[in-house]
Amino acid sequence: MASPSSPAPRQPLADFFDKAGMLVVLAILFLGCSLFVENFFSWANMRGLALAVSMTGMVACTMLFCLAAGDFDLSIGSVVACAGVLAAVVMNKSESITLGVLAALGLGALVGFINGFVVAKLRINALITTLATMQIVRGLGFIISGGTAVGIGLEDFFSLGNSAFLGVPTPVWITAACFSVFGFLLNRTVFGRDTLAVGGNAEAAHLAGIAVDRVKIAIFTAQGVMAAFAGIVLSSRVTSGQPNTSQGFELEVISACVLGGVSLTGGVGSMAFVIAGVLIMGIVQNAMNLLNVPTFYQYVARGLILLAAVLFDRWKRRKS
Amino acid sequence: MEFPGVKALDDVSFDVHAGSIHALMGENGAGKSTLLKILSGAYTPSGGALVVGGERRVFTDTAHALAAGIAVIYQELHLVPEMSVAENLFLGHLPQKFGIVNRRALADAARRQLELIGEDIDPWTKLGQLPLAQRQMVEIAKALTRGARIIAFDEPTSSLSDREVRRLFTIIRDLKARGCAILYVSHRMEEIFELGDRITILRDGRHVETNELANLTRDTVVQRMVGRQLADIYNYTPRAHGDGGLVVEGLCGPGLAEPCSFAARAGEIFGFFGLVGAGRSELMRLIFGAAAKTAGRVTIGGRVLEIISPRDAIEAGVVLCPEDRKKDGIVPVRSVLENTNLSARRRKARAGVLIDETWEQANAQQRVEQLRVKTPTVRQLIRNLSGGNQQKVILGRWLSETVKVILLDEPTRGIDVGAKSEIYGIMQDLAKSGVCVIVVSSELPEVLGVSDRIAVMRQGKIAAILDRADANEEKLLKLALPLETARAS
Repeated sequence: MASPSSPAPRQPLADFFDKAGMLVVLAILFLGCSLFVENFFSWANMRGLALAVSMTGMVACTMLFCLAAGDFDLSIGSVVACAGVLAAVVMNKSESITLGVLAALGLGALVGFINGFVVAKLRINALITTLATMQIVRGLGFIISGGTAVGIGLEDFFSLGNSAFLGVPTPVWITAACFSVFGFLLNRTVFGRDTLAVGGNAEAAHLAGIAVDRVKIAIFTAQGVMAAFAGIVLSSRVTSGQPNTSQGFELEVISACVLGGVSLTGGVGSMAFVIAGVLIMGIVQNAMNLLNVPTFYQYVARGLILLAAVLFDRWKRRKS
Repeated sequence: MEFPGVKALDDVSFDVHAGSIHALMGENGAGKSTLLKILSGAYTPSGGALVVGGERRVFTDTAHALAAGIAVIYQELHLVPEMSVAENLFLGHLPQKFGIVNRRALADAARRQLELIGEDIDPWTKLGQLPLAQRQMVEIAKALTRGARIIAFDEPTSSLSDREVRRLFTIIRDLKARGCAILYVSHRMEEIFELGDRITILRDGRHVETNELANLTRDTVVQRMVGRQLADIYNYTPRAHGDGGLVVEGLCGPGLAEPCSFAARAGEIFGFFGLVGAGRSELMRLIFGAAAKTAGRVTIGGRVLEIISPRDAIEAGVVLCPEDRKKDGIVPVRSVLENTNLSARRRKARAGVLIDETWEQANAQQRVEQLRVKTPTVRQLIRNLSGGNQQKVILGRWLSETVKVILLDEPTRGIDVGAKSEIYGIMQDLAKSGVCVIVVSSELPEVLGVSDRIAVMRQGKIAAILDRADANEEKLLKLALPLETARAS
């Protein structure tokens, strides 16, 4: 895990609170749930919780880059579904796991590249662009699958989503790896720093010699590949490609990022924020399930938490 | 009032009289903007109070200040470009019945208000279509519709032409005659002495002096502002010019009416004078590759440069400090360190990918010290710095690169005398080290003070190139004015 860059903390407490505001909330939340929610602090529940947030976590890594660059991507939920369906269909036809996975990743890359190209080169707003591809790709998923779930015949493939290493499910390992890799990418590479500069002021970045268009296209392409990969993992877990799955997933991912403190206007964000956001979201959901809160109320609660997080962030910023 | 790590204003007291124009001067970071923001209610002071017409007030909201008859006209106008002039004038209190706007009453009222300041603008014109000077007039009219009796101007002339400035001054004098109290913030000494009755000088957030302007001279004002004696802020010293300068031949592109050609030598400071909109910034952007040229070529030391993007230009050693620092120069939400290294970090990265943090820290620290940037640490967000210090960070960004040609577009706009003089010093040093320095400026004394040669642009073309010895204010202005007006005058 790459830490947020803070080499010389001058005012330890203020700095700590500023940088780790949401991590504190996360810690308190975790402690509270452990003490007051029955069955929360058990190995089985922790395992389930981690597995439940693994997909959001993976895709949130690339969404962080998207948001940091001042854009966002609504098409990821559709890409997850379509990639899963495509992987299932190709595997069934070709009898090859590799081909199925490559086809799905290729689809994700293509959709992401188109998003990036239209946003960066043709200067169309990311909201409109990805709203359009979201519907197009959702439709493609239905077309490819014929409208129904596609069962996968290759059993070896199921181990990707259902195996475990050292007692921790493979998807959780993958998500942890994504957190480290993308955290490192954001903090320690020119690409990551350029991403933040582009989001902070695209024109200034351009005039400082940063290839703004290339950065944006790369980010969207990575986002597409990541969403497709999440779709593959999902299809492995449920042993089929589901064209209906992950509706509203994009908003869940963006919510988690914003909850952690990533700015929607670009230029501000770190992997620690994202991890905090993803985990807070997951813990709340998990606790509500354990407490048997009806689904309808869960929606209301999640919305309120997001709103509260954004207000807290604003309040914190005003104070500093 | 405190900024993170910096106390912006410390125990400042002075009074402004009705029917008088009160100038407020000080270097960047002296606390002028903070003072205006307190006046407008945007900031709440941590101590002290405003006394308006005998009544003690502390504003916690801009609406309170407006209600008390105080209006601040900022450099960046607070108007909605997508809406009509009339709607802008009455924004927030449109004449209405049951929530439906009475368009006729609105137009009539708008016309009356515009007449008050002698402007003949169709109230239904979209604000964004007006030139900047007229938008400023609308902003003044808007303040008057709110019944403002105390009007503060923050650098109102920074992007106006001379004629527009004259017009603005007429209106300000008129407001004074009507008994308004005017607070006038400017860095331009000539304006202060022409317009002002009294003056308050701030330095480092502290009150230095309030006095009748008649009791002061320009030199004493400058002395009080910087706290030391400035002999000649331009500090021009003749330099030897070498080969290997910038040659521009037949450059064409958006904003230029005719192909532009000029040659600036290494070690030379080459000025560009002209009115706003004469095509100077556009020419700079074309050389830098920020706009696409349609014809022509750029060479350095005889080598033709293939520049189609700013990155190509930077790699060839050509860099630009843009005119609009906030919009095109800085990344406000990032630190001084990141803004300094924004360009050079690409070259310094290990394997072209990994950030070299040691180098980044050292380089930012070095530039901050070299250019005397006032900031608590290099981790400070650049948006918390004053304009002059932001400009120094951008200069530091380019000093981190190997520069052959530096294009400076209005490098001292909105910057105080002290920082200006430092920036002139940096320009001299760059030229001495063999860099070809190109300076675009709308300020005659500046362009005459720093340049070895001066090109005058008029209506999208280079009208003339003069040697330092041949140039004077009158000549430059005559060349810069559009031909029709030159004949008429």
